[in-house]
Amino acid sequence: MITKRIIPCLDVKNGRVVKGVNFEGLSDVASPVELAAYYSSCGADELVFYDITASAEGRALFTDILRRTALRVFIPLTVGGGINTVADFERVLQCGADKVSVNSGAIRDPSLVEKAAKRYGDQCVVLSADVKRVDGVFRVFGKGGRENTGMEAIEWIRRCVGNGAGEVVLNSIDTDGVKGGFDLEMLDAVSNAVNVPVIASGGAGCIDDFLTLFRTLPKVDAGLAASIFHFGEVRIADLKRAMQRSGIETRI
Amino acid sequence: MIAIIDYGVGNLFSLMCSFSAIGETAVVTRDPDEIRFAEKLVLPGVGAFGDAAEKLRRSGLADVLIRKAANGTPVLGICLGMQLLFDRSYEYGEHQGLGLIRGEIRPIKDVIDSTLKIPHIGWNPLIFTRPSPLLKYINEGDCVYFVHSYYAVCDNTVAVADYSAPLTAMVQSGNVYGCQFHPEKSGDVGLNILRAFCETEVSA
Repeated sequence: MITKRIIPCLDVKNGRVVKGVNFEGLSDVASPVELAAYYSSCGADELVFYDITASAEGRALFTDILRRTALRVFIPLTVGGGINTVADFERVLQCGADKVSVNSGAIRDPSLVEKAAKRYGDQCVVLSADVKRVDGVFRVFGKGGRENTGMEAIEWIRRCVGNGAGEVVLNSIDTDGVKGGFDLEMLDAVSNAVNVPVIASGGAGCIDDFLTLFRTLPKVDAGLAASIFHFGEVRIADLKRAMQRSGIETRI
Repeated sequence: MIAIIDYGVGNLFSLMCSFSAIGETAVVTRDPDEIRFAEKLVLPGVGAFGDAAEKLRRSGLADVLIRKAANGTPVLGICLGMQLLFDRSYEYGEHQGLGLIRGEIRPIKDVIDSTLKIPHIGWNPLIFTRPSPLLKYINEGDCVYFVHSYYAVCDNTVAVADYSAPLTAMVQSGNVYGCQFHPEKSGDVGLNILRAFCETEVSA
């Protein structure tokens, strides 16, 4: 049967990985290409590159990095950040991205998911949703988690999937950075609402958090994290061995 | 030289990179002459069957491909490219394929457990069903990366993946080969499948 995926996320700014990376034995830890190749060799199932550059020069640098990564890394590559139009999809797909994740771009233009899915197929469009509880209701946030859109999250996610989003990355703002485990309640609600793969993001602090995620919510397909992988707090090879020992199907 | 046939569907950059990673020269081309001279052909593809089959025919490349295959040139279809090798598909109506392998393409939803997600996305281990040169450098249980909603029903299956039902993962009929998954996205296992394909020889 299909295996549970482990996905490191690299925030890339002006051609470098940010949010801190701390590895021994890697010659250039801030190089997205080197880090991507390292993760791929450790058994990562997929990579997410998140472009947090604002300038046009930075954008050109980012697409150059994608091309250089595609020359060396042969696992699926998802790209997000600054995706507002179908032309943005085209720009990153031509440089080696396999899937494109949209967040604020879809909030600003709700037809973006549908337009992109018609053109590139559902499998190419990943909805990334930043969700936070406000007065007990799951709300969608835009602009990197700074702006409450007022939209109810489950309805929003269901609508985007109906329009062709082939996967959902659910980032819980409530658990993000806390390292106390994934937001199981929110993930349960989303994975019961849609029938496309759901990727859990926000809150992982240790190997057990991933084991709890996949044991408690068999419908969740993948776990995504950034800094715990970058700082070596969780090593992907150790995580996968632990998953295998716990009877969770994984690619070794 | 390996020709990756470019008939206007999908992004072929990663596929070209994966051949260069194993030391093979591959060109992405829609030039019939370049394809005629190629030692091996790769037919990629993402998207819907009907549209892709139409594009392949309209470009005239379907005829070139069929003739090359008949002359014994090794052909590898990938994902939708594999599905196009068959007689027909039932994706949004009924569409004719290239007819290089007997069989047809049917929806996954008709055979799998209804609680499972469609498309079948992710890494799934291969189960071998019969020998093939494509399996030379890989082992049973190796995982490969799938993304598809339709599957092949045929007698030429070389490997399957279990998704509550055995889904055709690899096929071979003489010099015509196919992978339902993406070898160019399946890490070292995928590269080893491409390596094995590059070593196949023109059949008489």
